[in-house]
Amino acid sequence: MRPGIAPPDLVLLVARAKAGERWAFDELVRATYADVYALAFRLTSDVDDACDVVQDSYLRAYRSLRSFRGDAAFTTWMYRITANCAATLLVRRSRARHEPLDEDSVLADQRADNDPEAMAGVSLERDRVSLALQALPARLRAVVVLRDLYDLPHAAIADELGISETAAKVRLHRARRKLRERLYPTRAERVDEEPARAM
Amino acid sequence: MRCDEVADLLPQIMDGPETADRRVVRHVEGCLRCQAEMVQYRRLLKVLHQLRAQGAAPPPGLVGAILSSLEEAGQRGAIRSVLTGRRVSYVGGLALAVGAAGVAGVVLVNRGRASRIGLAG
Repeated sequence: MRPGIAPPDLVLLVARAKAGERWAFDELVRATYADVYALAFRLTSDVDDACDVVQDSYLRAYRSLRSFRGDAAFTTWMYRITANCAATLLVRRSRARHEPLDEDSVLADQRADNDPEAMAGVSLERDRVSLALQALPARLRAVVVLRDLYDLPHAAIADELGISETAAKVRLHRARRKLRERLYPTRAERVDEEPARAM
Repeated sequence: MRCDEVADLLPQIMDGPETADRRVVRHVEGCLRCQAEMVQYRRLLKVLHQLRAQGAAPPPGLVGAILSSLEEAGQRGAIRSVLTGRRVSYVGGLALAVGAAGVAGVVLVNRGRASRIGLAG
């Protein structure tokens, strides 16, 4: 860190970086990359994919820094870029693997280690929610992460994921419902599940 | 409205009661079953919000990799701008030379005419 610049002064660093001072952009990276990585990992559920997304995001941010007007915080701008890069990567991956994009399918990850109910006895509630989130289909996970963890507005989420605002809201509500049913089932839902498990 | 109809709309109410249909809000206010479900949604949203602070730690070496790729991109950009700058100066020099030659030509032609008129007079 250069002398005279306090670590959290992102606004000043952005101004310096926009003026062409490379060291200022490097400092922005150092100050924000852990948070950006956490978002990328939430969106991709894979360490290597998350690293690729983070690198792409900073490259894109570096190239388009002049277009950053500063209406939102630098971190919010980075979250939007990260969401966009992650969405691009996930679409490319799903095309390559010919994975179905059915949002109504059951939670994708059925491994016993990642089964929130199996882990209930040993894990904290946050861990259970985190695992259930990872097990959501990627398209549903993206909206719930961007909205309920990172507070991005519906319009921004829709923009970055390349979908309409209505579609973003529909996906969000579907994702929340799936998580609620999985983590906090009502008595009726538990009764419905029992015969299925017995089979 | 029935509870099963309202159940589909409960996740939407979590964005704020003003975003939901008035009839849904009225039903929830008078229905213990739907209120219990709402409590679970609130609990879910609270935990989701807490998850942000519990982010995965980046692998060691990631920041170095990001800075290297930026460095590389910066160098590529610098080379491109140098090449673009050279191209601009070549084109500028050429244009200047052509312009100067044109002016010199006009001057020479005018001088020739003037001397011919002087001899004739």
